[in-house]
Amino acid sequence: MSATLKVRVWRGTESGSYQDFPVPRHESQTVLDVVTHIQRKLDPTLSYRYACRVGMCGSCAMTVNGKARWTCRTHVSVVADGDRVEIGPLRNLPVVKDLVADMAPFFDKWAAAKGRFKGTATRHDDFARVQPDSPKRKLVDESIECIGCGVCYSSCDVVTWKPDYLGPAALTRAWTLVNDVRDDAQRERLEAVAGDAGCHSCHTHMSCTERCPKALSPTAGIAGLKRAVLSAALKGEL
Amino acid sequence: MTEGMRAKSGGMTEPAGATAPSSSLIPYPSSLGLRTQVLLWGAQRASAAVLALCVLVHLATIIYAVRGGLSAAEILARTSGSMAWAIFYGVFVAAVAVHAPIGLRNVVAETFGWRGRGLDVCVLLVGIVLALWGWRAVYAVVGSRIA
Repeated sequence: MSATLKVRVWRGTESGSYQDFPVPRHESQTVLDVVTHIQRKLDPTLSYRYACRVGMCGSCAMTVNGKARWTCRTHVSVVADGDRVEIGPLRNLPVVKDLVADMAPFFDKWAAAKGRFKGTATRHDDFARVQPDSPKRKLVDESIECIGCGVCYSSCDVVTWKPDYLGPAALTRAWTLVNDVRDDAQRERLEAVAGDAGCHSCHTHMSCTERCPKALSPTAGIAGLKRAVLSAALKGEL
Repeated sequence: MTEGMRAKSGGMTEPAGATAPSSSLIPYPSSLGLRTQVLLWGAQRASAAVLALCVLVHLATIIYAVRGGLSAAEILARTSGSMAWAIFYGVFVAAVAVHAPIGLRNVVAETFGWRGRGLDVCVLLVGIVLALWGWRAVYAVVGSRIA
């Protein structure tokens, strides 16, 4: 292990080029540590985004040596190609500047997939009682830990080919709500996620599942949506 | 918050000229209704299941039939007048004619970005041609002595 990393960092917007930086290598160094070192010690004009640094907020995802990753929890020792690390913005999203991707299209699709809970209870009602071991609640458990980092969206080939495809994260969010027994927008949601720009475009490549830093399986949720929507279509409810 | 604090905070209002990022969401152009799109997906899955079985039987038959060489006369001897082969390959062709155009519609949309009524009509024609071509071939090898 050499003492210095050869780091290539994307500079620019949609057009630009990679810039080389030598960065001292340390034990237990994360990719976010590397980017922060560059910004604080070598070039203060470098733009990047992070907040929590502990894998909770989902704001620091970047493309590291060709793969989308959460940089705060990614150790350099795991991803470095020898002493080389290439860091770019997330794929499939517009680039604001350098390592900052514009997340607006990503979250617009959450809204388009009806990713917002719509309940019927008022403050006067008692708490809904959902058994933790009920089948639907278990399905919610499998997807609810999404932190919205965009790694799955950036890794999805279908999003690349079909830019209006809702993508794994928005569909996973919809799947948690489809299984939420308190939610009252089921039909609208199934319509929102159906068809050519929705869940039926998924090719089951499973890049989202492989790369999800929270080890969720958007693919499984999307498969569930496909079945739920087809069932509704066959019953004439769509 | 006082006016003074508001002025100092600086980040409370959008800078002049800033615009919100525009949404990338555009309606998916298709001449087909939502329910039809979903049923097409279902038809492709169902036809894939039929094809999986048909291809297995077809391949097994080929492997069995070519032992010791294969001739047109041998094929026709086995298939001519056989209602069972007529039904089997008739179903096979139907499954292909359903499965292939739906897949082609997706491949073309994803690869070339062509969508809408023109594409839908085109792949429908492909399906019709595949069906007619296939059934014609089925008739050629089994149908001549039926009826």
